[in-house]
Amino acid sequence: MNALDTVFTTCREEGRAALMAYLPAGFPDNQASREAMVAVAETGADIIEVGVPYTDPLMDGPVIQDAADRALAAGFRVRDLLGNVEAVAAAGAVPVVMSYWNPILRYGPDAFARDLAAAGGAGMVTPDLIPDEAGQWRAAAESHGLAPIFLVAPSSTDARLAMTTAACRGFVYVASTMGVTGTRTSVGAGARQLVERTRSVTDLPLCVGLGVSTGAQAAEVASFADGVIVGSALVRALGDGLDAGAGLGPLRELTAELAEGVRRS
Amino acid sequence: MTERLGRFGDFGGRFVPEALIAALEELDEARTQAMADPAFTEELARLHRDYTGRPTPLTEVPRFAEHAGGARVFLKREDLTHTGSHKINNVLGQALLTVRMGKRRVIAETGAGQHGVATATAAALMGLDCTVYMGEKDTRRQALNVARMRLLGAEVIPVSHGSATLKDAINEALRDWVTNVEDTHYLLGTVTGPHPFPTMVRDFHRVIGDEAHDQLRAVTGGLPDVVCACVGGGSNAMGIFHRFRDEPSVRLVGFEAGGEGVQTGRHSARFSTGEPGVLHGAATYVLQDEDGQTLDSHSVSAGLDYPSVGPEHAYLRDTGRAEYQPVNDDEAMEAFALLCRTEGILPALESAHALAGALRVGRESAPGTVILVNLSGRGDKDVETAAQWFGLTGDDTTAAGDGELGTRPPEHAPDHPHAPAEGIEA
Ligand SMILES: Cc1ncc(COP(=O)(O)O)c(C=O)c1O
Repeated sequence: MNALDTVFTTCREEGRAALMAYLPAGFPDNQASREAMVAVAETGADIIEVGVPYTDPLMDGPVIQDAADRALAAGFRVRDLLGNVEAVAAAGAVPVVMSYWNPILRYGPDAFARDLAAAGGAGMVTPDLIPDEAGQWRAAAESHGLAPIFLVAPSSTDARLAMTTAACRGFVYVASTMGVTGTRTSVGAGARQLVERTRSVTDLPLCVGLGVSTGAQAAEVASFADGVIVGSALVRALGDGLDAGAGLGPLRELTAELAEGVRRS
Repeated sequence: MTERLGRFGDFGGRFVPEALIAALEELDEARTQAMADPAFTEELARLHRDYTGRPTPLTEVPRFAEHAGGARVFLKREDLTHTGSHKINNVLGQALLTVRMGKRRVIAETGAGQHGVATATAAALMGLDCTVYMGEKDTRRQALNVARMRLLGAEVIPVSHGSATLKDAINEALRDWVTNVEDTHYLLGTVTGPHPFPTMVRDFHRVIGDEAHDQLRAVTGGLPDVVCACVGGGSNAMGIFHRFRDEPSVRLVGFEAGGEGVQTGRHSARFSTGEPGVLHGAATYVLQDEDGQTLDSHSVSAGLDYPSVGPEHAYLRDTGRAEYQPVNDDEAMEAFALLCRTEGILPALESAHALAGALRVGRESAPGTVILVNLSGRGDKDVETAAQWFGLTGDDTTAAGDGELGTRPPEHAPDHPHAPAEGIEA
């Protein structure tokens, strides 16, 4: 059984949604990014999405773009993320990777799957790789026991929802709004509707992302989804905290607020 | 492999977020139906004739050809279209499709500004809202085109992220599209991106090669021996190559920007040092590092300054049907000056790469070789860059008349002779 299956079973038993935190590897540098991920794991995140900084992140808004630029400027190499994955696993959270496809293609999909599995990773979310194009990745993930995780969107047809969720393992990433990553003042009625449409075609856990930034939003999403994904808000808390000399304090505070949010009922 | 959706061998495909798939499907269906609908094709043909000014002429350039080893050189004059480059062919087609799909807003990326100008033009003509993304570096070196787009009513958004050139403008346009896809069409300007863009954009540019084929036959009675085109994303090249693909006697040669020289690392020669990868939705050749991070490209010509290339070119290259060679900045500038002075035609810097290539191919070929060159655009937008390059600005009245054709008077060289593109930023 994949670690993702275990964590969602546990959350279900506790009557709550899972908290999934996105942070980029290498931001602001390798060491600090690992400390940040461990802090988030210790403060209540169940799953950590280890982001791979990329030069052309076309699904990301300004906060994550800037973080990727800073990581690359600091010399981030793709293989460095394995250190983050190990640190997250050691801290007791479930690590999954989130990467655009070209860095993985370049690494070699099978070699990447092998190394990620060896480091304790559970799967990978691929924002620009749809199942239609993912034959090579799905085979590599399968042979190394990793979960391929694809996205569904409000514009997905019912046929594509069925096809995409059938290709997923672990959970389904429900991109709640049309758009790129970034915080939003409201998560939108569209999220609930998309979760309902997706539920009718799969039994996998459904995790909602794009736009969540507060405990209240986390609680709202947790009322209809199995997992709440938070990215930009945490990346900003990390960057602002470090820049203001407040260290990981603001990141821990926000994580604690979100962890409380997914436990409200 | 070839029967997979939108694939050219192993290249092409759809490497984009799921959120865009519905819009790509809608577009694919709309363009397939439109191309089979006489109402659509007749309207497009009417616009080409009455608005764009097609057919564009085919001009033989004997004084220029004296420098090409005895070859006969013919230029397909896309520079004479309304808006001044081939880009309008594709833009009018996609703008009509936008209206047909019931969308009211178009967005576009632009490098040299020619695609942005063409899009702003079509948007004005058809009453569509228009936003153009342009790398900040390009807004400076193509300032004239920024003003043109704004005069035409378009919003121009400079993109300062990443390398602040065409690739970053495409990223930003894709982000806009994924957010506003319901009422917005992304009017992509070249033969790359996710399916159906590479095929659709090629089909809207086929008219270039179709016309040139017939025009050349009327003059020489036969086919060209060689067809030359510059290759940025690759749209003008696919447009002129397509008609000749199944004519095995015709050599197809694409010229990429060699920038300051392939060995310097400051270039856009994807087929010289790039490797297969994925960028902007397509599997193709990409300038990338060991980690798959995209490398910055360089060229004196903004329209060729792009780290990736249309997937069909990758396929033509790997199958050997077409060849691709780099042309450095200084060779392109020499050819630019030569065409100005021998024929009275001021070409776009992009097209100057194809002209330099034709000179090279001509010198290597037997006398009498017939070379067809796609003169993809005119050089009005490049006057300032060229004036800087050749030292023709300021009060010095002698520079323009002196000196050999195409040589760059050293005393008038810009401050940074190794970075001519930067020379105009002041
Ligand atoms: C005149 C001209 N030629 C060529 C190009 C390069 O584009 P493509 O390779 O798609 O023809 C451009 C792009 O801006 C251009 O303006």
